Amino acid sequence: MTDKPRSFQEIILRLQTYWAAKGCAILQPYDMEVGAGTFHPGTTLRSLGSKPWAAAYVQPSRRPTDGRYGENPNRLQHYYQYQVIIKPSPPDLQDLYLGSLKAIGIDATVHDIRFVEDDWESPTLGAAGLGWEVWCDGMEVSQFTYFQQVGGHDCKPVSGELTYGLERVAMYVLECDHVMDMPFNDPDAPIALKYGDIFFQTEQEYARWNFDVADTDVLLQHFKDAEAECQRILDVPAVDPKTGKRIIMAHPAYDQCIKASHLFNLLDARGVISVTERQAYIGRVRALAKACADAFVQTPAGGFAA
Amino acid sequence: MSDLLIELFSEEIPARMQGKAAADLQKLVTDGLVEAGLTYKSAASFSTPRRLTLSVEDLTGESKPVREERKGPKVGAPEQAIEGFLRGAGVAREALEVRDDKKGQTYFAVIEKPGRMAAEIIAEVLEHAIRNFPWPKSMRWGTGSLKWVRPLHSIICILTDEAGAEVVPMDVDGIVSGKQTRGHRFLSPDVFYVNSFEDYEAKLKRAYVMLRADARAEMIWHDATNQAFAMGLEVVEDQGLLAEVAGLVEWPVVLIGHVDQAFHGLPAEVLKTSMKEHQKFFSVRNPKSGQIERFVTVANTVTSDHGATILKGNQKVLFARLSDAKFFWENDLRVAKAGMGPWLESLSNVTFHNMLGSQKERIDRIIALARQIAPIVGADADEVAEAARVAKADLSSEMVYEFAELQGLMGRYYAKEAGLSDAVAAAAQEHYSPLGPSDDVPSAPVSVSVALADKIDTLTGFWAIDEKPTGSKDPFALRRAALGVIRLVLENEVSLKLLPKLTLGDAQGTFALMIQESLQNDDAFATDDLRAKGVSGVFNVKSISSNATDLLSFFHDRLKTYLKDQGIRHDIIDACIAMEGSDDLTLLVKRARALSETLATDDGVNLIQGFKRANNILTQAEEKDGVEYSYGAELKFAEAGAETALFAALDAAEAVITPAMAAEDFGVAMTAMAALRAPIDAFFTDVQVNADQQVVRRNRLNLLSRIRKICLSVADLTRVEG
Repeated sequence: MTDKPRSFQEIILRLQTYWAAKGCAILQPYDMEVGAGTFHPGTTLRSLGSKPWAAAYVQPSRRPTDGRYGENPNRLQHYYQYQVIIKPSPPDLQDLYLGSLKAIGIDATVHDIRFVEDDWESPTLGAAGLGWEVWCDGMEVSQFTYFQQVGGHDCKPVSGELTYGLERVAMYVLECDHVMDMPFNDPDAPIALKYGDIFFQTEQEYARWNFDVADTDVLLQHFKDAEAECQRILDVPAVDPKTGKRIIMAHPAYDQCIKASHLFNLLDARGVISVTERQAYIGRVRALAKACADAFVQTPAGGFAA
Repeated sequence: MSDLLIELFSEEIPARMQGKAAADLQKLVTDGLVEAGLTYKSAASFSTPRRLTLSVEDLTGESKPVREERKGPKVGAPEQAIEGFLRGAGVAREALEVRDDKKGQTYFAVIEKPGRMAAEIIAEVLEHAIRNFPWPKSMRWGTGSLKWVRPLHSIICILTDEAGAEVVPMDVDGIVSGKQTRGHRFLSPDVFYVNSFEDYEAKLKRAYVMLRADARAEMIWHDATNQAFAMGLEVVEDQGLLAEVAGLVEWPVVLIGHVDQAFHGLPAEVLKTSMKEHQKFFSVRNPKSGQIERFVTVANTVTSDHGATILKGNQKVLFARLSDAKFFWENDLRVAKAGMGPWLESLSNVTFHNMLGSQKERIDRIIALARQIAPIVGADADEVAEAARVAKADLSSEMVYEFAELQGLMGRYYAKEAGLSDAVAAAAQEHYSPLGPSDDVPSAPVSVSVALADKIDTLTGFWAIDEKPTGSKDPFALRRAALGVIRLVLENEVSLKLLPKLTLGDAQGTFALMIQESLQNDDAFATDDLRAKGVSGVFNVKSISSNATDLLSFFHDRLKTYLKDQGIRHDIIDACIAMEGSDDLTLLVKRARALSETLATDDGVNLIQGFKRANNILTQAEEKDGVEYSYGAELKFAEAGAETALFAALDAAEAVITPAMAAEDFGVAMTAMAALRAPIDAFFTDVQVNADQQVVRRNRLNLLSRIRKICLSVADLTRVEG
């Protein structure tokens, strides 16, 4: 497959096929608003504990502050990440990754591919890892990280995480200068759609809402509610009185943590969070993430053996 | 004798860590080998993005056996003592020898350590080095517990002699040593085997890996400058970038691309910074116009299209980057041309330090102080105030937000755009200087005023809230700020009194005034913080005064370090610090230099002896007699010869020294003082101070007192050593 893909969706499909062939479970996007593919419980929670795991998925991601009303050639408040997470990280992960680039038409014999130091840290998730940003001809096409810590827990074994900024990679492969001009489906299809046909209007709508219209009092209340609910869920005793089984609700609690994180991003975009408050909010979300991580490692999926 | 080759092959090592890691590997291994009793002729270490390599030549084949004797307890000593001795020495009970010692029969342990084979020692030392490697940051991977900078894949560890190469067997968390490595990730990815360092380096080269970082750097620079020269252009030198880029490639290929015409209007520094920080590109300029027209990128691979695709991609990325920079620049210009109002306002929202107020409040203090300094350095006070007002405006600009290292420089451009004078614009850039001991010191009066005010405000502020540097901790770079003040003052010969008499309310004196100002900025929050730190909320004359004195002595300490490098002894500086007016650093140093020069002469050295002798005799007599001999000596009691000659010499010296000191002409004063050496020496040779006749003795002691007084008016010579 050295021929070049012709559309955004073809790049996604090739990545799916490639990673499926390499043994990853192809998950679907998480059904909540998140800032990055890392927030998907398939990465955050599953990187914890001792159980092996291999998954790949597309994750729609939202960064309200990056909205530019669809005008900027490569900035969007809603975009897609492709995420691969394998635990334990296999010894040939770099080669696997390079194989995926080849699959989408980036051939290392004509391109200059480089692994440039870039350590990853997520203050909201209490997570950190070492790795690189991967450059193709001077452009960052992926983030490559060996997770060392998530939710305050040391990762043992270590997960290898790959994140592709799909629009950016696709624009490079498809040689598009503006994201909105990028073919989304086959350009020769009877109804050919460009990225802009699908997302230009929504970028405008969300930019307006994110920056000027969202009700900050409501958002703030939602943030507090999510924070309280997360803690309440985790405070409930482990044994369910109805079934008599030990059911720790790590995932429902983590959903509330994801909510709080996104609400914080919305509040940030509305410009109502001062520099000093910012750190405090991030700390509050991190506290939730840590509590969820603590809970998850007490569950069977988190490696807990009764 | 054999040669040792070690290669630690891993995933990509951050460029900034490679050089030190190679040196660390060499040190850890060679130190370990020597400690274990091996010797070698020479060693060298190398690094590429994927490997650390060590070559050791002429290593001995085994360590010599060591025999050690240890004396133990006496025969019949308590069992516990004997057991303890056995454990410590690591020998069995029956191996102990009993010998006659001075105190009777005593146990001796003879510990024989046989010589060990080099391979055994190497395996042990290398494993220890790998497990304890001082990476700035290291990580685990997979299921292992070993830590390395990035996953470690293979280890070459071989000993080579005439008979051939032998693998030194070892196993570090499942990574087994061997003779194998790999070449370039893309150009020659297959495994190959090596038998010696020469073989290794040659095979690497065939596999598209240049082992030596300096050779890679040299090749990059050579190719870049040659290609640029052929185009009639020159590469902008940047040693730091060259070293970094050499650490990002195993097989450097230099490519030169265009900077689009659309960006030629951007300041050269913006182009350079954007290309360097984001893309690791070198700038290529037209020597005639100074315009940056092209860039050099260094690829890590050879391609069939001779880098065309790579260059096209890099150019595209650069276009996007520079579009951003241009966008920032144009937005900034709009604000600048309109007078920078929004930036100046936003400084109120930027906290300088939560106990010292906002940047705006700080600017107001700097303006007030810079106004005071202006007349001293010959600047116009209003122009200085204007310069201080806008000096930090660029901190709110988009360009400086993006590239913090352009602060000051952008301020200069924007001040010009705002229609301000050249002097004001220059101050926006220069007031940060000097940043280090070798950085240029500004000399333009407006720049000097703002630079001094800026640094003094920083120092007094942090002194006021008790955030002084301690030991190696100096988070606010206060030592650097103090050295900056010292160099500004000295190199521009500014006579600035840092510490005149202090009266609160009408605070005079730079430090006191500034400390007081800093404290007045506290809002309720800050005052609580200060209380929590034990700093009183009510500031009285005494606390401000003692703080100011403390800060001055901090300056004096920095000054001593600074002058020591220039060959002026610390005791000479102490002799001058003790004098009135030592808060004027220029005056202080002028005095110290003059004294240092005087003490470099024969007369000067001997004068000190004469002075000390006079001072000692006088001090002893004063202690013994319980009086102070400070009445004027009278010529009528003097004997002819050396004594009357000394009277005449002192009169003559005083006539020169007093006006010279008043005029701060220390050289003249000290030369006159040194000229007293001969008459003082003659006096001590010919005249007995403790004469039998009391009136003569008293007169001579009063004469010594005159010597002391004259000398001490020049400097506190009691503090001079020798």
